[in-house]
Amino acid sequence: MFGAGGGTSSYREIEETDVIVLWGSNAREAHPIFFHHLMKGLDNGARMYCIDPRRTSSSRFADAWLGLDVGTDIALANAVGREIIANDWHDRAFIDRATTGFDHYRAAVEPYTLDRAAAITGVPGEAIAELARAYATAEQAQILWTLGITEHHNAVDNVLALCNLALLTGHIGRWGSGLVPLRGQNNVQGGGDMGALPNKLPGFADIVDAEARARFEAVWEAPVPPEPGLHLTLMFEAMERGDLRAVYCIGENPADSEADVTNARKLLADLELLIVQDIFLTRTAELADVVFPASVAWAESDGTVTSSERRVQRVRAAVPPPGEARDDIDIIGELARRLDYDWGKPSPQDLWDELRSLSPLHRGMSWERLEAEGGLQWPCPDEDHPGSPFLHGWLWEPDLGGRQPAPFSVVEHAGPIEELSDEFPLRLTTGRALDSYNTGVQSGSLESPIRSGDTIDVSEADAARLGITAGMRVRVTSPRGSVEMPARIDPGLPEGLTFTTFHFPELVDVNQLTNDAWDKRSGTSEFKAASIRIEPLAAASPGSGPAAVVDGSGAGAGG
Amino acid sequence: MTTIDSGRSTGPGPGEAAGTPVALTVDGRPVEVTDGATVLDACTAAGVETPTLCWAANLTPVNACRLCVVEQEGSRTLVPACSRLAEEGMVLHTDSERVRHSRKMVLEFLGSASELDQAPDLARWSAHYGADPGRYGPAGATMDEEVRVQDDLYIRDYDRCVLCYKCVEACGDDAQHTYAITMSGRGFGARISTEFDVTLPESACVYCGNCVAVCPTNALQFKTEFDLREAGSWRPDDQTVTRTVCSYCGVGCNLELHVQDETIVKVTSPDDHDVTSGHLCIKGRFGWGYVHGR
Amino acid sequence: MTDLHIGTDRPTDAERAAVDAVVGGTLGPAVVVEGERLVRGGLSRRNDRRHLLLPALHALQRVAGWISPGGINHIAEVLAVPPADAYGVATFYDLFQVDQPGHDGDVTHVCVDAACQIAGSAGEVERLRAAGVPVEASPCLGQCERPVATFVQGRGRPDRVPADDEAGDASGSGSAGPTGSGAAVPSVPQSGQPGLRLLRRIGRAAGPVDPTSLDAYVRAGGYAAMTEAFRRGPDGVIDEVVTSGLMGRGGAAFPTGVKWRAVAGEPGPRHVVVNADESEPGTFKDRVLLENDPFALIEAMTIAGFAVGAEKGWIYIRGEYPLATRRLAEAIDAATAAGFLGPRIARSSFDFEIEIRRGAGAYICGEETALFNSLEGFRGEPRQKPPFPTTNGLFGRPTVINNPETLVNVLDIVTDGGDAYAAIGTEGSNGSKLFCLSGRVARPGVYEVDFGATLGELLDLAGGVTGDLRAVLLGGAAGSFVGPDRLDLPLTFEATRAAGLSLGSGVVMAFDHTVDLAAVVTRIADFFRHESCGQCVPCRVGTTRQHELLVELSSKPAGPDRVGSLRLDTDLLDEIDRAMKDASICGLGHTAGTAVRSAIDLGLVPATNGDSP
Repeated sequence: MFGAGGGTSSYREIEETDVIVLWGSNAREAHPIFFHHLMKGLDNGARMYCIDPRRTSSSRFADAWLGLDVGTDIALANAVGREIIANDWHDRAFIDRATTGFDHYRAAVEPYTLDRAAAITGVPGEAIAELARAYATAEQAQILWTLGITEHHNAVDNVLALCNLALLTGHIGRWGSGLVPLRGQNNVQGGGDMGALPNKLPGFADIVDAEARARFEAVWEAPVPPEPGLHLTLMFEAMERGDLRAVYCIGENPADSEADVTNARKLLADLELLIVQDIFLTRTAELADVVFPASVAWAESDGTVTSSERRVQRVRAAVPPPGEARDDIDIIGELARRLDYDWGKPSPQDLWDELRSLSPLHRGMSWERLEAEGGLQWPCPDEDHPGSPFLHGWLWEPDLGGRQPAPFSVVEHAGPIEELSDEFPLRLTTGRALDSYNTGVQSGSLESPIRSGDTIDVSEADAARLGITAGMRVRVTSPRGSVEMPARIDPGLPEGLTFTTFHFPELVDVNQLTNDAWDKRSGTSEFKAASIRIEPLAAASPGSGPAAVVDGSGAGAGG
Repeated sequence: MTTIDSGRSTGPGPGEAAGTPVALTVDGRPVEVTDGATVLDACTAAGVETPTLCWAANLTPVNACRLCVVEQEGSRTLVPACSRLAEEGMVLHTDSERVRHSRKMVLEFLGSASELDQAPDLARWSAHYGADPGRYGPAGATMDEEVRVQDDLYIRDYDRCVLCYKCVEACGDDAQHTYAITMSGRGFGARISTEFDVTLPESACVYCGNCVAVCPTNALQFKTEFDLREAGSWRPDDQTVTRTVCSYCGVGCNLELHVQDETIVKVTSPDDHDVTSGHLCIKGRFGWGYVHGR
Repeated sequence: MTDLHIGTDRPTDAERAAVDAVVGGTLGPAVVVEGERLVRGGLSRRNDRRHLLLPALHALQRVAGWISPGGINHIAEVLAVPPADAYGVATFYDLFQVDQPGHDGDVTHVCVDAACQIAGSAGEVERLRAAGVPVEASPCLGQCERPVATFVQGRGRPDRVPADDEAGDASGSGSAGPTGSGAAVPSVPQSGQPGLRLLRRIGRAAGPVDPTSLDAYVRAGGYAAMTEAFRRGPDGVIDEVVTSGLMGRGGAAFPTGVKWRAVAGEPGPRHVVVNADESEPGTFKDRVLLENDPFALIEAMTIAGFAVGAEKGWIYIRGEYPLATRRLAEAIDAATAAGFLGPRIARSSFDFEIEIRRGAGAYICGEETALFNSLEGFRGEPRQKPPFPTTNGLFGRPTVINNPETLVNVLDIVTDGGDAYAAIGTEGSNGSKLFCLSGRVARPGVYEVDFGATLGELLDLAGGVTGDLRAVLLGGAAGSFVGPDRLDLPLTFEATRAAGLSLGSGVVMAFDHTVDLAAVVTRIADFFRHESCGQCVPCRVGTTRQHELLVELSSKPAGPDRVGSLRLDTDLLDEIDRAMKDASICGLGHTAGTAVRSAIDLGLVPATNGDSP
């Protein structure tokens, strides 16, 4: 966003904001402790609008839930923008000083009338107008999102559509106002900060920037390739073409988590060399030629992680790793030594200090300060800097702090790639449950008394039409595969929408169903929008076990 | 017990101005606090340690246990330090005969009604004030409750319950907004309960464990701790506490891993860290078994 | 709203209908479903209909005889109250049962507190039980002038008090209109006598004013005070009330005008609340007043609302007073129909409406902040003071809360002026006072005297003590026992305060030498143990230990088996009393040991280790 890859605001800010727009996020279950801060905001009088195809548990706290069709976020956002402009609620002074491209934006959103947006999204026009008024006229307002925005084929456009709204109203660069993507993993922010992106070096230095590369080359005493690398989705395309023959996979389980997972498993199995470094023998590791057993990063080794509010915090070893498992740093160092590079035995702090020397964002975060201050938020350019609760304050400086104004983006509605059809008439979207996490590698052993396992959730209307009762086993079929699972009837789902979690791949291979169409800029697959049909099998019988894969083209559990 | 610790996080946000000063007297010593501070804050500022039970830094004071009462000149009754706001010119006594008597009696009352052998703080204060719960004899009413073991995550031993409301607050308005438990009944028959005392899995409980974390008497106990205690192998003196960050979502909740014999035995969160204020979700609180291959 | 978890139990059709009849129409649904794609709610609304919880629980209890899981779930859904919370509230009150009853009939509550205890309530309980009647032993039912008191909780029909049906007097005949020309009202032995102020419309010489008729009330001078109040204006009314020196009659004796002025000075919205949760054992004056002169309270409340700038008044009346509740409801309807309540009262610009809420059997709800919590749909647990109701009262708003008797005094103050009122009574106690005489007196009932009358004069007014006077319980269970040596004590605020006593709510209960006073005192201790809300430790455990010690003291010989085997003397009771007085949250704990202490001082219970007097 505007040159920095991080959420703009601190959690504490949402406690003091006036309007909360929670867009494509079920933070109540996916980010429970962030939701504590959000509820403090509501207790302090904030109003909340939830935009989500499902009436989620988060939505139940909202002043209004707007149930849009899957994949129509841009149409809704553009209509909000048009309504704000039409009513003169936009911040002209801010737009003039701090942005560019407003006229193009205004022209682009002009066709998104309330009527048209209502027709595309399914949300009543007056509710869109109310959202526009509430957001634009609030003193402070935040837009927050998660994978409901980003797991689409046009993820970046979705994000830009929301950024436009903040630029339109000046809800950015101030305490209490901002744009906040909630991170799904404990260090997805830190991974990006550290340069685990195909086009970035640590501290978001651009890999095509020769000057930046030179700084790193000087310290690393090695050349840095000037071309961006491949993100995960491109890697699979490269495997498909035969261009990518060897993969070193650290702490990721794509054999369970990729969309259209059947194809992904085949590609991984066909690699000339697959190295997997993980704490468990995951399904991906089972396909590997070499497995490096690793220690658990947050409990068996020292280091840092970075949270959704850009806060760098220390993780510490509390227990020794089991058996032959070793710290990631040790494993990589040992690998380097075997390849004739002796990096010595750097400590986590040594590596951190090297990072600080190269990344101005982190320069002021000494190891001692991270210990003493309970974490620091970047940017923190020097050791006297307190860290930055929010970003982009420069947008409010008369000369923009010497920076370029922030550009409006013209983005157009483009629905899900996979349109509904007579053969696949239902929309399937996926998400998380409170007590489970991703593919269950970590959470699977938790003896949760509230876990119901993966189910296919259907609306009351669809259940009635299809003759489905609660607990009944059904066959769910997408253009890519078919699984059996129990059905659950969720009164919070509108007709035509179905939902499932993906936490138990060994039981229900949900990602056989999901669509691998992906966004060319973010590399994220469209997990949120597949088309399916559901056929009832039989009513649930006592003692019937969990669902099992029935039609998985040969890559089932243990395959 | 060793703690590998780090301090409080970054300071207040913009717009949080310092309050107006309030001057008062505690045990003859002049003290100044800011507007909005409590008598408890003033006592702390005066270097006076105040016994508390139902008060916690991360919960709204409910002012129920009355252990923290102090004497305010001009007030007919004693005043609760935890919830009474400091006022200009207050003259307070924290160790008068009336204060000592009431604190002793509260501790005696608690000890005569509930099992407190896992509440070391209360034991310390009971010794300090000379509380003798035994003088009411063995015939008096007690909580008299069976241990409720209904799942693998935590147990409820209401024989130890002192009805301090902390768990109700943590489950409700002060943190989780789940409202699975409440105070039920009245008087000495009051008990913490779900609706109709249904089991926790049947209730609204989402197993965040925030109730367990705030319980001052171990009436709510992690199942891991309960099992070790039952086996006679719970050894707090041999435990280390290490602060780290949760491995699940990207919120960055601070965890304290309590480790005994190289094994995690329970997980808490520091209540002075502004990300969690001591509260966690089911994954952070209970989802650590995989570290040990479980 | 929140993501409430509601279990699978469903209500019966009858339960659903009963709850919906109470809740429906009052407010829209908690969550507004505007089609499949738009639902409105909001955390800020989560408590905005919770104040209907008590009425909804009453409806369930009446239709089903208990509060069932399905019924709770239905309430939880329509009021957006967590099921656990609704359960916690239901279990707070004696009149709600959360276990399925083994019968489908009414339940008869028999009072076992002092006045009824010494009139043989234990035998009455046994007799009814033997007859197969579902019966509950109950704390004081507020009918001490006609022991043994009973109250019948209806199953599928309204609650009732058998004595009301049997009396056939002006207070009991419901819709029958004015009855018996000049017939005396048994509960008001002075009725018809000249010189009465507060009681003058009850059984007056020319015939009692029909309590069901607004016309009769107006003909007897009703609503003249309101006209005068409008003429004086809000500040003028408050000035007169301040000048009058009127002090609260509920027990705390706080200056009413000071309270009103404070509330009027706070930002709105403001509330006027009448505390008619008359539950102090020995007290029944408000019941008698409200059954026989309901319009007086309605008019006085309206004046209070006008004076402090409140648009809404609430009457919280104890659940065991069905007749007074009905009379008030009818009076509100009649006054509304006549334009004395509602928008633009009597063509003024003042709007005022009144809602009645029934308590459900909890003495503590007579404590003003517990009453607020109860009315708001929470457990009736007192709040910490400060802040006080004048700034943070009902729904957190500035609130005038007054006793019914206090408010009825305002009518004469407004009409005649504060100075005239201040001339009545003594230097420190202005006006007249209602006293509740019961126990061993010839004519129990409500008596009105100008302040200054002595205890002995009051007992004489009630026909004197039957038998040899042993002790008088003054002020109720929260008051003190006094001996025959106190008959010359003037019953004024200043004289009682000087004697270390309290007028309380005006209870004067006489005991002669035939009464087992140790049993009476033990019962008082049991009452407080039963009625402690349980919130604070000193009271929750203190009242329990106090009762246990008294049971032991009066039932076992001195020796090692007794509770507190170290010391069996009264020092331990004294220590408990001091802790309850000093450290409890509210007045219940502060006074729970007072009567016990006074009884020991008077030698009414075997007090010490083997050397009782």
